[in-house]
Amino acid sequence: MSIVIENVSKRFGDFAALDDVSLEVRDGSLTALLGPSGGGKSTLLRVIAGLEQPDSGAVRIAGNDATRTPPQGRNVGFVFQHYAAFKHMTVAKNVAFGLTIRKRPKHEIDARVDELLHLVHLDGFAHRYPSQLSGGQRQRMALARALAVQPRVLLLDEPFGALDATVRKELRAWLRRLHDEVHVTTVFVTHDQEEAMEVAEQIVVIDHGKIEQIGAPREIYEKPANDFVMRFIGPVSEIDGRWIRPHDVDILVEPGEATVQAMIDRILHLGFEVRVELSLGNGEKTWVQTTRSRAEELELEEGQIVWLRADDAYRGHHAAAS
Amino acid sequence: MSSRYALRFAALGYLALLLGIPVTLVFINAFDEGIAAAWSAVTTPEAQHAFYLTAVMVAVAVPLNTIFGVLCALAIVRQRFRGRAVLNALVDLPFAVSPVVVGLALLLVYNRRDGWAGEWLADHGVRIIFSTPGMILATMFVSLPFVVREVIPVLREIGTEQEQAAATLGAGGLQTFFRITLPAIRWGVAYGVVLTTARALGEFGAVSVVSGRISGETQTATLFVEDRFEAFDQTGAYAAGVVLALLALVTLLAMNLIKPKEGQA
Repeated sequence: MSIVIENVSKRFGDFAALDDVSLEVRDGSLTALLGPSGGGKSTLLRVIAGLEQPDSGAVRIAGNDATRTPPQGRNVGFVFQHYAAFKHMTVAKNVAFGLTIRKRPKHEIDARVDELLHLVHLDGFAHRYPSQLSGGQRQRMALARALAVQPRVLLLDEPFGALDATVRKELRAWLRRLHDEVHVTTVFVTHDQEEAMEVAEQIVVIDHGKIEQIGAPREIYEKPANDFVMRFIGPVSEIDGRWIRPHDVDILVEPGEATVQAMIDRILHLGFEVRVELSLGNGEKTWVQTTRSRAEELELEEGQIVWLRADDAYRGHHAAAS
Repeated sequence: MSSRYALRFAALGYLALLLGIPVTLVFINAFDEGIAAAWSAVTTPEAQHAFYLTAVMVAVAVPLNTIFGVLCALAIVRQRFRGRAVLNALVDLPFAVSPVVVGLALLLVYNRRDGWAGEWLADHGVRIIFSTPGMILATMFVSLPFVVREVIPVLREIGTEQEQAAATLGAGGLQTFFRITLPAIRWGVAYGVVLTTARALGEFGAVSVVSGRISGETQTATLFVEDRFEAFDQTGAYAAGVVLALLALVTLLAMNLIKPKEGQA
């Protein structure tokens, strides 16, 4: 189901967590709310779930005004960063919770629990307690629990934030596949731009309670709307007072049109990628990302004088540094 | 090594001097004239009535203070309102105020001649002072803080995420309380119940003031012990003391049995 946020504001005392935010999430899409901590993305998710009441503005789910609907009535699935597992219940009882509350017949609940545990690869864990599961398993249980009630919307608040790097990578790919299977409108919060790029179809960049940009991952990366998005998404170099992606800079061994002179301080070989650290004429430091073959072709060495060109074709509409 | 033993010696010696030796002597004195004499001393009609009355105190004060205690802890931890800090401090009042003062305060409110509410109640045929209701009130007052104090830290520790998860899954307030919150705080509640019970069993001062000490009528077990002692009935006093001590001991043991083992959920 689609989600529409209209001019939502929310303050906590003097702090504006959300400042006149409007957003549309398409039915069946997978959207990431991306931004630094304290930027308001979690608050926005909680407003959608009904766990926070906005001070002003409206929330529509599937076309219906849900602004004043309590969380119980919204039929959303919510997954917390720290799992919020019901510790005194078995995995099966956790997953069954929403169905038990809805007083579904026992055979239906059992069948649905089996199906979901299979979906999240927890077959055989039905009678364990959350304390006997790993972090990744607990989060998958929490996901199954949220999906059990067939929510109109699935909301995940930093779902992989408490997991270690390997498990996090695994679960990202798995969430993506799960979404392809289940097709429920999904919104997840993350502060990890790589995670957002890898999982989401649409990224909403939020900072200081405002939306900075909405777009597909590639669009956000290649056409950042402003300096903040540019610097938050992906690496940046500063050359001659301009922000640019370090792989969008050409290294030339001779001066040319619109080039900047620089001296190579260090060359770092990082497998396929080669990172070249340079000093500009005015003493500023910068770095450029190139490939191993290109570095070999140019016969780059430390101490060498080169010319940098931030090609207009690549630089696109990158904003000048303010 | 030696400092470790010194620590143990200090701790155990302290306990032995303060607790172990006196309580052992109570046991020895109770059976000074033989088990039969001790048994008949605690099975006289007066003694039986005294234990019955103490049981009534516990049976009323403990459930009421448990329900109130959990509600009070929920209000203090989960809600934001004016006077929350005052409520939090007030709960501790029974710890700070001497039970005798509590008894006197109840007299001021409920005595039939010029009590704040006593005259009106007397006109409507309700007797509080020198009767069971007053003694129950006194017991409830002194045993009020235990459940609240045990439940508050557990509520803080479990946080609100489980409750929020239950809400998003469709559970209403009461369903969330009985299915999520209560099971999560159950050990805190149980511990509070045990302490409340132990305190209610042992209450003397406040109950003494409001009871009028009518033997066989308004005499609880602790008052019976004192009554026997003043009447130079050593066996009666110590034997009843032993029964009280055993009841408290059983309560504390029960707590240790139900308490989850280290490392278990």
